[in-house]
Amino acid sequence: MSESTEVDESEEVAAPDPQPEPPTRFGVPLSDSLGVSTIHPSPEEWLGVAEAARAEGFDHLTDLTAVDYLTYGAPRGLPDGINAERFEVVAHLSNVSSRERLRLRAQVPADEPTLPTLFDVWPGAEALEREVYDMFGIVFADHPDMCRILMPDDWVGHPLRKDYAVGQIPVQFKDEGMKR
Amino acid sequence: MSLTEISAERVRRRGDDSAVLRMSDAEAAEIGNDPNTPDDDQRVLLNMGPSHPSTHGVLRLMLEMEGETVLRSKPVVGYLHTGMEKQGEQLSYLQGCTNVTRMDYASPLFNELAFSLTTEKLLGIEVPERATWIRMMMCELNRMASHFLFMASNGMDLGAVGMMIYGWREREEILRFFEKVTGLRMNHNYIRPGGVAADLPDDWQLDVARLLEIIPPRLEEYDTLMTGQPIWRARLQGVGAMAPEEAIALSATGPLLRSTGVPSDLRRDEPYLAYDQVEFDVIVGTYGDCYDRYAIRLNEIRESIRIVRQILDMMPSGDYRVQDKKVTPPPRARIDESMEALIHHFKIFTEGYKVPAGEAYAAVESPRGELGVYIVSDGSSHPYRMHVRSPSFINLQSMPHLMQNGLIADGVAIISSIDPIMGEVDR
Repeated sequence: MSESTEVDESEEVAAPDPQPEPPTRFGVPLSDSLGVSTIHPSPEEWLGVAEAARAEGFDHLTDLTAVDYLTYGAPRGLPDGINAERFEVVAHLSNVSSRERLRLRAQVPADEPTLPTLFDVWPGAEALEREVYDMFGIVFADHPDMCRILMPDDWVGHPLRKDYAVGQIPVQFKDEGMKR
Repeated sequence: MSLTEISAERVRRRGDDSAVLRMSDAEAAEIGNDPNTPDDDQRVLLNMGPSHPSTHGVLRLMLEMEGETVLRSKPVVGYLHTGMEKQGEQLSYLQGCTNVTRMDYASPLFNELAFSLTTEKLLGIEVPERATWIRMMMCELNRMASHFLFMASNGMDLGAVGMMIYGWREREEILRFFEKVTGLRMNHNYIRPGGVAADLPDDWQLDVARLLEIIPPRLEEYDTLMTGQPIWRARLQGVGAMAPEEAIALSATGPLLRSTGVPSDLRRDEPYLAYDQVEFDVIVGTYGDCYDRYAIRLNEIRESIRIVRQILDMMPSGDYRVQDKKVTPPPRARIDESMEALIHHFKIFTEGYKVPAGEAYAAVESPRGELGVYIVSDGSSHPYRMHVRSPSFINLQSMPHLMQNGLIADGVAIISSIDPIMGEVDR
């Protein structure tokens, strides 16, 4: 008897509990990815969130890269309300004194692959953003020197895109080996 | 305006007063073809490289000179670009280490370690204690070898040509031990997801003890040859100085950041492996100049010796790789007896093991700074995306700021003191 009333009570307590507020940080959705705090700003929020993060002590832009999710088959691990796009720019920030780390994941649509530059927030973004432009064709607006960095200036295409096939570049003598 | 604000503002400049020469080759060629240059302001564009300006690989510099003074400069990279990140998407996790080990060829074990730690994070496996300690010992020895390479090349860049031979001599002693353990002097593919490729040889303690015995007196020789030399000091002190705010703003890590006085070392700040169980000091500089960067690396060799000495006493016994049949190939003897072992062996080497979908980033303190690997997995046996945060690539963008308003002869000292490995810059 007493057992059943206990169960009823706990159910009553649990039932009216509303959906917990989705966690946010700097006003954008926050998620946890294998223990790393990850926030998901939109391209419009990108610069504002970066400035807020720097003001809060994230003074070191440790890494900035991108991922082309064109052929990705698994769930993307995005919180509710974030629409998955083809490109994702990923930045890793750290706080040099407290050693806290934060990851930023921004969804960048394929038809308008543009983000504002982080150069004015962290000048260390210059080479990293040039590399992302070179490899993925994502343009960082207002970047002081938006040009290729690893590939030659006259290169056509962006090699790390998933529709840029391996073996697309003809290799000298490759097809002539089997003539004997 | 405080000094801090001035240095923070200096690195954010975009215009002609910036330290970075933001000019394409085509624009530079146009200026070069103009018969009226150098014009009244006597500024000359100078191309340096692409050769081995300081034996660090294929780096090219574009310099804007006024007399012998460098006003603006730009490192032009990409000559060694071989698409290793793209290649990483074609190779399975088991093969991945053979790819990344070739990036920073002066400290290959760190590349393997960063890749393995990220993969293990995604797999959610714990490696055995002995594997962790073997990794730590090999990495510290590798740090010493890498810093010896720096001592050699830094000495030669500055005209202490004899240093080239001394640095190489000590590095060779360590590489000889690596060859005994891993089979190769460089590009070992020794640290793999799940542990290490093989256990240490039977008499490894003797070899390591011998290394720890012969190296300290040779560091004393370096002190005699370089540290205390007035010419050496005059050549390095005050050259290429940097403020901590600038170094942080430019995303610098490693000795370049520590030379400005910021005690940032991942081994202590975010201990990986078993660095929380050994004692060592984080070496920092004061002025952020070339001399501090030299002294930091010299003393980091001493700290690494200290760590290896502790590892020698504390090395646990046990397995050198995780006994998870899905990740670790079965021993040769088991394949003859067990059909299941044969299947596992076949599956691992043809298809590779599958890694759960997700993303992970793991970083280690390489001799050049924070070396991180970011992997996105889609649940298959190949990384969907593998990105390497290479410290040389990012540290290199501090170079124009260090060189501004200095002499061109000091430029060589500055390139050398950043210690970039071009294989890692270009990947």
